[in-house]
Amino acid sequence: MFLITEKRALAPKVSLMKVKAPYVVKHAKPGQFVILRVEENGERVPMTITEANRVDGTITIIFQEIGATTFKMNQLNAGDYLHDFVGPLGRASELEGLKKVAVVGGGVGCAIAYPVAKALHDQGAIVHTIIGFRNKDLIFLEDEFNQCSDMLIVTTDDGSNGNQGFVTNALKKLLESGERYDEVFTIGPLPMMKFVSLTTKPFNIKTIVSMNPIMIDGTGMCGGCRVTVGNEMKFACVDGPDFDGHLVDFDEAIRRNQMYSPFEKRQLDENCNLLRGVKHD
Amino acid sequence: MINLSLKKNEMPLQDPKERINNFDEVSLGYSLEQAIDEAKRCLACKHKPCVKGCPVEIDIPRFIQKITQGEIEEAYQIIGESSSLPSVCGRVCPQETQCEELCVRAIKGESVAIGRLERFVADYHHNNKHLLIEHVQSNNHKIAVVGSGPSGISCAYDLAQLGYKVTMFEALHIPGGVLVYGIPEFRLPKEIVRTEIKTLQDLGVEIETNVIIGKTLSIEDLFEDGFEAVFIGTGAGLPKFMNIPGEMLNGVYSANEFLTRVNLMKAYHQSSATPIQMAKRVAVIGGGNVAVDAARCAKRLGAEEVSIVYRRSMKELPARLEEIEHAEEEGIIFKLLTNPVQIIGDEKGYVQSIECVQMELGEPDSSGRRRPLIKKDSNFIIEVESVIMAIGTTPNPLITSTTKGLDTNSSGCIITKDDSGKTSREMVFAGGDVVTGAATVILAMGAGRKSAHAIDMKIRSLNQK
Ligand SMILES: Cc1cc2nc3c(=O)[nH]c(=O)nc-3n(C[C@H](O)[C@H](O)[C@H](O)COP(=O)(O)OP(=O)(O)OC[C@H]3O[C@@H](n4cnc5c(N)ncnc54)[C@H](O)[C@@H]3O)c2cc1C
Ligand code: FES
Repeated sequence: MFLITEKRALAPKVSLMKVKAPYVVKHAKPGQFVILRVEENGERVPMTITEANRVDGTITIIFQEIGATTFKMNQLNAGDYLHDFVGPLGRASELEGLKKVAVVGGGVGCAIAYPVAKALHDQGAIVHTIIGFRNKDLIFLEDEFNQCSDMLIVTTDDGSNGNQGFVTNALKKLLESGERYDEVFTIGPLPMMKFVSLTTKPFNIKTIVSMNPIMIDGTGMCGGCRVTVGNEMKFACVDGPDFDGHLVDFDEAIRRNQMYSPFEKRQLDENCNLLRGVKHD
Repeated sequence: MINLSLKKNEMPLQDPKERINNFDEVSLGYSLEQAIDEAKRCLACKHKPCVKGCPVEIDIPRFIQKITQGEIEEAYQIIGESSSLPSVCGRVCPQETQCEELCVRAIKGESVAIGRLERFVADYHHNNKHLLIEHVQSNNHKIAVVGSGPSGISCAYDLAQLGYKVTMFEALHIPGGVLVYGIPEFRLPKEIVRTEIKTLQDLGVEIETNVIIGKTLSIEDLFEDGFEAVFIGTGAGLPKFMNIPGEMLNGVYSANEFLTRVNLMKAYHQSSATPIQMAKRVAVIGGGNVAVDAARCAKRLGAEEVSIVYRRSMKELPARLEEIEHAEEEGIIFKLLTNPVQIIGDEKGYVQSIECVQMELGEPDSSGRRRPLIKKDSNFIIEVESVIMAIGTTPNPLITSTTKGLDTNSSGCIITKDDSGKTSREMVFAGGDVVTGAATVILAMGAGRKSAHAIDMKIRSLNQK
């Protein structure tokens, strides 16, 4: 059992959780993830490591309540326990030697983009960050990004923060104005990563995407997380999660991620119905 | 008095029509009377041919004679001299190619039902004897066992009995290896695995689940933490795909993924949060125990038509004989001398059918089995919604790729110097599927034991100096 030492909301349905896991902390690096189970009979879900604190032995994760499991997670608070918590999994992001990078995050993917931006900043790289949200209420980690970015652009789909547009528009503008990067790092929903990769392609800028397929074990044992990269089959949990965005077959990945959507929806409904039976004051 | 019947006592079974709707154990086990009656079929041959067929050389005639006298606990102790997992091996060993193949009674009629007797003895012991674990004096030497499958369990068991402080590290959230995530409940009830694990814990073995060696901790970390030797029993868990078009379609599973969802994550239970596709028509590619298990699970999940697609003939099918018979009773279709060439999807990317070719058998290949050759222009279509690939597994490189000086062969198996499991790294031992490639429970169990004794010898010799 793994103790939750802190839990707070960052935005509606987006929460930060710190979990005591000294073993996981020991070798954790930016870009890696954990797999957790909320309870006995729970499913195994991957979550990216936002921060590994070597002093207090906690791992910070940020998650958005989207399915049945994240719904249950969001019911938990400091002092509660997660049933299982294993990691660090996957390869760390390759940041060495990078001098100027654009980090592009979308929605809850910003939680994953943040440790990368911070590590790049800490190693002295110039970091341009573009983060996008549906509306201004959903913005989170803005201050944190501000501290580790040489330039920060925050977009909203509906323009409610005064900067309407998609991250791809902002990125394209920068590229067209002559900005050049050693690499673009992008993390967010699959369609967003697809379009970021399409945006950088004509400029020939290496683009790294962080894939988030369905996983079970996270050790290369099930093959459920397979993605096609450059016409080769890769297991995202051990070969990734970072891949060259110009080589990833995004349409296939989008389709594979929808495999269990009907099941997930039903599970979520069941959870909600369960709670409806409980009296809230 | 010898029982001259040419046939084994029949194993009581759950009715096939019933059992395809549940995950309860298929074989119900002998009663005491049946066991004694069966034991009396043994001729107690002086030269004990059966023992030569047993990878761990259980003294079979001796334990069977104890059954004839009704001394079941004594029989258990005799098996225990050679095997630490009789309740498992009695259920899953391929007896027909091991001990029972060499049984003299098999020359005319059926062999003695050695496997069923082993299972009976082990179950009887667990049901009747509440083991008082003798507290072994600790020698304060710390040993790490990596992986909690049969090799790790038997290694930890023997080391603990010798007084070592053993910590077992397991990547998944439940210990047991293939015994929990691969072999289904209806063939090996998980309660049995839990009992074996509980015995280990009673002996003082610490079990750390959710720790992946090579990721969470390295082999070097283990030595730094004061472990004096490490046993690697991490199995052969990496699934192979065929490299044919269509393997990325929705509805294509590796057998590992399918079985893990069903067995480890209990996707067949309403209470499980792990989903599984409920397909009406399923094709399982392969012919080993893994393929048969996957097919029978699919049937129990409600599939109407489940086929095993295998490129050789029934004679070469490597699965346990009993499981093939049970699968046939359950209505599993065997499409033999058949090999898929591609998987075809619908416009949404879900599996619609597989295209196969017919095969014929040519000359024997390096494995001694006749090589399957494609029959020209024999392509045909099988309509299915789900395809499960059960064509083999290889060892996971997580440890070997992060440990200096640990040699592997071209298939990724750890190289050992002799059957004690010594590797190219000082104080690192290995055994089971990670050394042999996917094999059997009994071989893994035997390897774990041998390494335990080699580790003991090594530590004692180091401390005498
Ligand atoms: C579906 C199926 C059916 C089978 N049926 C039979 C049968 O009927 N009869 C038979 O004799 N054999 C059968 N086998 C084969 C048999 O199960 C294996 O040969 C046996 O389990 C091997 O034991 P092992 O200890 O080497 O490894 P495993 O049982 O594979 O256990 C290895 C364990 O190590 C863990 N691990 C892996 N890497 C790490 C790491 N880096 N850190 C920590 N832990 C790690 C794994 O999670 C796993 O729990 C079957 C196999 C399968 C998959
Ligand atoms: S999650 Fe199972 S292989 Fe990647």
